[in-house]
Amino acid sequence: MQVNEKKEFEPVIVAFCCNWCSYAGADLSGTNRLNYPTNVKIIRVPCSCRVNPMFILRAFQRGADGVIICGCHPGDCHYTSGNYFARRRMTLLFSMLDFIGIERDRTRVEWVSAAEGAKFAATMNEFTEAVKKLGPNRRLEDLRCRKQS
Amino acid sequence: MQEAIINKAKELLADGRVDRVIGWKKGEFSYDITPAVFETAEEIDAEFVCNDFTSANVSKYLVKETKKDGTVLAFLKPCDTYSFNQLVKEHRIDASKVYTVGIPCDGKLDPEKIKQKGISGIRSIEKDGDMLKIDTVYGDETLKISDAMSERCLSCKSRKHVCYDELIGEDGDVISSNRFDMVEQLENMSAQERYDFWRSQLSKCIRCNACRNVCPACTCEKCVFDNDDSGISNKAAADSFEENMFHVIRAFHVAGRCTDCGECSRVCPQNIPLHLLNRKFIKDINSLYGEYQAGADTDSRAPLTDYKQSDCEASVVHERGVE
Amino acid sequence: MQRIGVFVCHCGTNIAATVDVKAVAETLKNESGVVFSTDYQYMCSESGQNIIKDAIKEHKLTGVVVCSCSPRMHEATFRKAVASVGLNPYMLEVANLREQCSWIHKDIATATEKAVILGRAAIAKVHLNAPLTAGESPVVKRALVIGGGIAGIQTALDIADAGFDVDIIEKEPTIGGKMAQIDKTFPTLDCAACILTPKMVEAAQNEKIHIHSFSEVADVKGFVGNFTVTIKKKARFVDETKCTGCGLCTEKCPMKKVPNEFNMNLDNRTAVYIPFAQAVPKVARIDPNYCLMLKNGKCGVCSKVCSVGAIDYKQQDKFIEERYGAIVVATGFNPIKLDKYDEFAYSLSPDVVTSLELERLMNAAGPNGGTLLRPSDKTHPHTIVFVQCVGSRCDDSKGKPYCSKICCMYTAKHAMLIREKYPDTEVYVFYIDVRTPGKNFDEFYRRAVEEYGVHYVKGMVGKVTPRTDGKLAVQASDLLSNEQLHIDADMVVLAAAIEPDKTARPLATMLTTQMDTNDFFTEAHPKLRPVESATAGIFLSGACQGPKDIPETVAQASAAAAKAIGLLCKNSITCNPCVAHSDELMCNGCSSCEKVCPYGAITYIDKEFRMPDRTTAIRRVASVNPAVCQGCGACTVACPSGAMDLNGFSNSQIMAEVDAICK
Repeated sequence: MQVNEKKEFEPVIVAFCCNWCSYAGADLSGTNRLNYPTNVKIIRVPCSCRVNPMFILRAFQRGADGVIICGCHPGDCHYTSGNYFARRRMTLLFSMLDFIGIERDRTRVEWVSAAEGAKFAATMNEFTEAVKKLGPNRRLEDLRCRKQS
Repeated sequence: MQEAIINKAKELLADGRVDRVIGWKKGEFSYDITPAVFETAEEIDAEFVCNDFTSANVSKYLVKETKKDGTVLAFLKPCDTYSFNQLVKEHRIDASKVYTVGIPCDGKLDPEKIKQKGISGIRSIEKDGDMLKIDTVYGDETLKISDAMSERCLSCKSRKHVCYDELIGEDGDVISSNRFDMVEQLENMSAQERYDFWRSQLSKCIRCNACRNVCPACTCEKCVFDNDDSGISNKAAADSFEENMFHVIRAFHVAGRCTDCGECSRVCPQNIPLHLLNRKFIKDINSLYGEYQAGADTDSRAPLTDYKQSDCEASVVHERGVE
Repeated sequence: MQRIGVFVCHCGTNIAATVDVKAVAETLKNESGVVFSTDYQYMCSESGQNIIKDAIKEHKLTGVVVCSCSPRMHEATFRKAVASVGLNPYMLEVANLREQCSWIHKDIATATEKAVILGRAAIAKVHLNAPLTAGESPVVKRALVIGGGIAGIQTALDIADAGFDVDIIEKEPTIGGKMAQIDKTFPTLDCAACILTPKMVEAAQNEKIHIHSFSEVADVKGFVGNFTVTIKKKARFVDETKCTGCGLCTEKCPMKKVPNEFNMNLDNRTAVYIPFAQAVPKVARIDPNYCLMLKNGKCGVCSKVCSVGAIDYKQQDKFIEERYGAIVVATGFNPIKLDKYDEFAYSLSPDVVTSLELERLMNAAGPNGGTLLRPSDKTHPHTIVFVQCVGSRCDDSKGKPYCSKICCMYTAKHAMLIREKYPDTEVYVFYIDVRTPGKNFDEFYRRAVEEYGVHYVKGMVGKVTPRTDGKLAVQASDLLSNEQLHIDADMVVLAAAIEPDKTARPLATMLTTQMDTNDFFTEAHPKLRPVESATAGIFLSGACQGPKDIPETVAQASAAAAKAIGLLCKNSITCNPCVAHSDELMCNGCSSCEKVCPYGAITYIDKEFRMPDRTTAIRRVASVNPAVCQGCGACTVACPSGAMDLNGFSNSQIMAEVDAICK
């Protein structure tokens, strides 16, 4: 969590993007100068199936307020099946986080192709807004990692 | 029943079919049971028990036992056979070194539940119809069996042995159980209520690791929680995050592999209903990807190592139930 | 501890206009391990690269972070630069300050703040980078083509032309495939045999091509550049090396009532037979299901008449092993079985035929010598009804969900040929819609309608009922005029859907290639890599990948050949070093990783380990073949113990990035 000068809540958002589609889609939204908030920081992974649930929990532990995983559209995976595995894993993980009472809007999976710069920007805008509304992540934070402010 | 089992064990030892027997032995009290390995008929006569309290699932012990020389005889209750099958499927047990004998089970008793009824100083327990006759140092007591039955046995999923070399008694059937009722109840709560429920439960965790150590799906050579390089290793439930993370990651690691044997909740000294986390995964898997029972066979693909192009999107989590 | 250099690029004003690059360089200087930090106008320029190179030498850098444009743009450039001064190229990370920061943000303060965080994440990652070396693996300069239809033949000819040895495995006694059974081809109406058989002969005579007819793939091991394939040469009871194809045995064979599969069982052949006159290899085969000698041990006529002594009743299946650098799959298609389509009376009347059967009925080498006669009474048909999409575009479980693609055109061809040869025959075609994309296809179809007067009716045939007078009562609906039609037909021709050959599924398992739900092979990328499978070194040719007509099949066959040749030209393959690897001490051998690997890169070995108590134990552990692994990382998450990790994107690296971003 960051707090800007106006003391408005600025969420920390981690976006895992697959190298072949979504990371390229993010690049395209840059090339087209489509704005989305600075809250979003992208981590490049080879494929959405590289995203381990441990990474997501780690992000929440260290102060992330929202985590989004972006990959190629189903059927378009560079590795043919990676996003299908990712989809099952993330569906079950998110369902479990929801089950233990973590706000479900803090997590999301979105398929963004290399041609969908506009979708990438729109998704990030939407997601940031949704997380902002939820406020700081309190239910899945690690107090030892909370920033002094 | 115990007599038939002991005779079978001695017979197989005597004719050299097996070299060791894995079963249970009692401790100080008849309800104080631990799994044990027996090598001679004398040891068996002296210590072997199989009664209403021998509920420990011995399949996990076979991971180590089958690494040794010789064949081991294992007595498996119906629910244990699922764990056994799953471990064979994952190449953790060398099935050629095990002789499995299926034994019937109509539910095991939970000594804690009996004690909670204020009954102590138990000397012996006998079944009489649907009642228990309990002989205690303070005199005779009676209790309804269903009041003393283990929680997991009250929602038993199957009395069918999915694998065995030999069977004592008759095989049962897969039964339709109410095992997902509590999960559903939680699902119907609000997120805040669920959060409060799990906080109240998981905050009791003392990180004794009993759930992990007993779990037949947790047989990793080195557990990520013990591995300093994994980035999530931790030895103590230092704060709420770690309490949550430990149990979520553990449940996720066994998702699609957990046979719902219920050992985790049975051994939890804090009585945390850990099986609900596993059942949540099982329930989700069944409803989203089709019915799947881990351990029911040794060749099907586990749900998390499989996919369909038509699988639902992760947003299904956002769209259903109560927020 | 790494010695890290940070290089912040202005990219002219592209980055510098919204990110205070000097402040970024200054701030990152304070990060742990950073011993040098600077900024420059254009890092990718030669002088920019020299700044990096000089700094590596001067400050003995062990890691480099370039804060610039997207790594998709210049990661390779910078890797080359650092490698040129002796630093391992994989000790470099790029922080994306342009596409993912300066170009999307407007406020300098927050953009600069984000740029610093992105820089920190890259620094945190580089701290955990390890030098990686791309391995090399040799290429066996020989290709295997599985399937000897037109696709396989074309691929083999092209590969042989490039100077490489190539083997064709064909499960039937002759190559030629489906095209050999076809009479004429659309949209030119030239004779299929006239264009196919010269290619078959060419393949047989090419010394680089080795045909294993009547053979199957029994096993495939290995990986790109180095496959070992076990070929099962099925017993044909005739010595291939001796038989001259004179055909005397087939004339003398007393067992003459064997259904002739080449003619779609519309006539008979002998038990010892050559499938058709132009078969390649022209070698007889004895059908053990009918041969009196093989069944009862009585006869032996063929053996007596064979002047070269080629008949060998004791022949056994033979297994041979060959090594290949590349494999091309060309297993082709078959029409579906129509036993679920009783409404068309296919099994009730011999006059209801499939389109492929009609090809044989009209073929000069077919059962009627080229005269179209009703199979039931050998009379001339006056009314013929064609039914389109039988089993294609079905949403029920009876048929196939896809369009079989070729039926519209071959039906137009059939209709046209019949109308030309027999102007007194009325031809009706019932269709859902007519699909004619392809060069000269629509013109061809329009000729059928306009010049040849074929009756095209939009609608489906509901029922075909054989009548006692030998006619077929066809009940159908005309959707355009919205009326029910009753036609008394002499013949009904069903355009049966096509499906992949049944041998494809087990083959895909052996090759660890992917298939779709219809058992067509899946290409590596639907648009950009249409002839490669996702498994390196396996290429796709023809209808095994999806329904195709002949021109498309040949085009794809040549494309697959080009890809295979590209591979065979190399002496060795450089492997991507960012591959998975398993920590054997932690591996459980549980097979989870193997199940999610799309490339079959993971195998298991039993390995002896020394245990803490000084005993030894044999454990099953995963082993990743770096030549096959493509580095997706699916296995790393499937692995419960965390034994499987990915070079370049390790668990600890990604978590370090997470930490840096969330801090």
